[in-house]
Amino acid sequence: MNFAAFNPVLGVVLIPIFAAALLAALPGYRLTARLNVLASLATFVCAVLLLILPRPTPGPYVLVDDLNIVFIVLNTFVGFTTSVFSASYIAHELETGRLTPAYLRFYHAMYQTMMFGMNLAFVSNNIGLMWVAVEVATLTTVLMVGIYRTEAALEAAWKYFILGSVGIAFALFGTILVYMAARPIIGEGQDAMIWTLLIERASQFDAALLNVAFVFLFLGYGTKVGLAPLHAWLPDAHAEGPTPISAVLSGLLLNVALYALLRFKMLMTANPGAMAPGTLMVTMGLTSLIFAAFMLYRRRDIKRLFAYSSIEHMGIIVFAFGMGGPLANFAGLLHMVMHSLTKSAIFFAVGHIVQIKGTQTLDEIRGITETHPALGWGFVAGVVAIAGLPPLGIFMSEFLVVSSTFARQPLLALLLVFGLLVAFGALTLRLTGVAFGEPRGPTRPAEASYLPMFAHLALVLVAGVYLPAPIVVWFQHVAHLLG
Amino acid sequence: MHSLDFDISHSLAGGLVLISFMMLYQDRLYSLLNVFALHAVTLSLAVTWQAFIQDAPHLYVTAAIALVFKAIIIPVALHRIIRQLGIHRDIETAVGIGPTMLAGMGLVALSMVLMLRVTAEADALAREDLAFALSVVLLGLLVMVTRRNAVSQVVGFMSLENGLVLAATGAKGMPLVVEISVAFSILIAFIVIGIFLFRIRERFDSVDVAALDESRGERR
Repeated sequence: MNFAAFNPVLGVVLIPIFAAALLAALPGYRLTARLNVLASLATFVCAVLLLILPRPTPGPYVLVDDLNIVFIVLNTFVGFTTSVFSASYIAHELETGRLTPAYLRFYHAMYQTMMFGMNLAFVSNNIGLMWVAVEVATLTTVLMVGIYRTEAALEAAWKYFILGSVGIAFALFGTILVYMAARPIIGEGQDAMIWTLLIERASQFDAALLNVAFVFLFLGYGTKVGLAPLHAWLPDAHAEGPTPISAVLSGLLLNVALYALLRFKMLMTANPGAMAPGTLMVTMGLTSLIFAAFMLYRRRDIKRLFAYSSIEHMGIIVFAFGMGGPLANFAGLLHMVMHSLTKSAIFFAVGHIVQIKGTQTLDEIRGITETHPALGWGFVAGVVAIAGLPPLGIFMSEFLVVSSTFARQPLLALLLVFGLLVAFGALTLRLTGVAFGEPRGPTRPAEASYLPMFAHLALVLVAGVYLPAPIVVWFQHVAHLLG
Repeated sequence: MHSLDFDISHSLAGGLVLISFMMLYQDRLYSLLNVFALHAVTLSLAVTWQAFIQDAPHLYVTAAIALVFKAIIIPVALHRIIRQLGIHRDIETAVGIGPTMLAGMGLVALSMVLMLRVTAEADALAREDLAFALSVVLLGLLVMVTRRNAVSQVVGFMSLENGLVLAATGAKGMPLVVEISVAFSILIAFIVIGIFLFRIRERFDSVDVAALDESRGERR
């Protein structure tokens, strides 16, 4: 690594950790909320620089390639917009007394620590380091989910903690097995944990050991992706924590686990003797999609509704990556980006709606578009996007997933379309209730900035209408890398 | 013919599996904690032995962490928590002891069959170690599943992590970063759990997770 020149990788990792230390020490929510935004912006700028400047050569710890840079830029961007949303959201929580200033300080420090964990997981070239980073990100979100300290919040945090720990334990066991598989070929010590070295020699690894390793890694990281039937923590964690955390959980943390899974999938495909990881991923992805689609009908809590929608979309993404091939991988990648942007935009809207109405129960939220036009229509646009209607980005990526599947496995494509339609029905049903109809409950104006929400929606719209050629080329390249 | 090195590490790892079994049928919190402390001591012995035969001095650190944190500090602290909460009564196991033991045996058999088959080419020491480690991990999971009390779930989780440490040390030459991180994650996990236990105590009069289940957010 060249320390003399400015290295954006260091910025991406170090800014959040320094900011966390600073935010833990500073009092006053106005100052800390602004600092939080500033630090997130600086991290995002570093990530963009990473895109422009020549990339550092892969070292024993740090790797930047075409695959993870998509994740890093997306992660820091949503991290930044969420911090803007969080600033206006948190002010209200302080007013209503749900959070005290001491907890707020803790909240901001944890927010940056979580960003640190996620960014570190993305840039790490060492599978052990990646595991540690995912664990850090998980533990910080556990603490934030439980921050309201209500009975429901504590239960959610406890459940998340226990299931997350079991998942992370399996992932570590899988990581150890990968090391065991690599050791006879690469030799003892650190080299056998460096991903770039692993992928070069993966074809010589013991296939049986690699298979078992992947099953453990899939179960472990799959728990964190929220795949059914390992998803039990996800709806609770989304519903009971502060809404900015729901937004980053759905938009970012699920992606971190997915990214880890993709890295190991690449190892598997590089080994000719190993089983095809696709079957496992397709099965779990499809199960998650159909299961979550039906569960959407029974939700009575607005945040839980969108948590199940996240399970559904992660199912689609895992399905697409499981199908493999340039087109399906491209579609999966695009869908992941679109889902992150859309889902966090929806949670921004939901956060303000819940604050206005003072409840998360769907039946008590009615006619938002009449009382709060900007917020209401933003929410409508978000739900329309997530349901997969044209001309928004998710329509395009879902269309790509479906059409690439039709060409190869028509039967699976039918199941996929079935799941999508079921979910679409549930979301439209709920949308009409919340957005239209006779307004119910408090209608005081919201003091909120809608900028983050509309920025996300605009990006999703632009991507749906016209995807710039450089991005297409870049994604195609990544899709090819994924094999 | 196996060497003495192999025999000793084999019996220590096997001892760990046996102690995991002992955890399954403890029906009092204090005795569960004592068994866990024994588990941690055995782990630390196993790791020390690995450090000696692999000539890997950094593993002594891992052994020391296992001994100090997991065999002394954590059991003592949990003892105190149990006393403060006044919950030193029987553990409510969700499943009876008989079926639990049978399930445990099944899991051990499963991990033996699985690991010994796929690691046919690895050296004998690492093979057996890995098979035992997986057994300990699965038995830890079983403890977590069969208990409803938050403290005993935590103990189950920590014994699960002991299995991971055993696996990591058995994998020869595994970089230090992982072992330390495992140790630290246990520390972090403990802090987190400690906070949670106290918070749970603040809000409820029991640390029975079943009581938490009743306060699900969606039921209205």
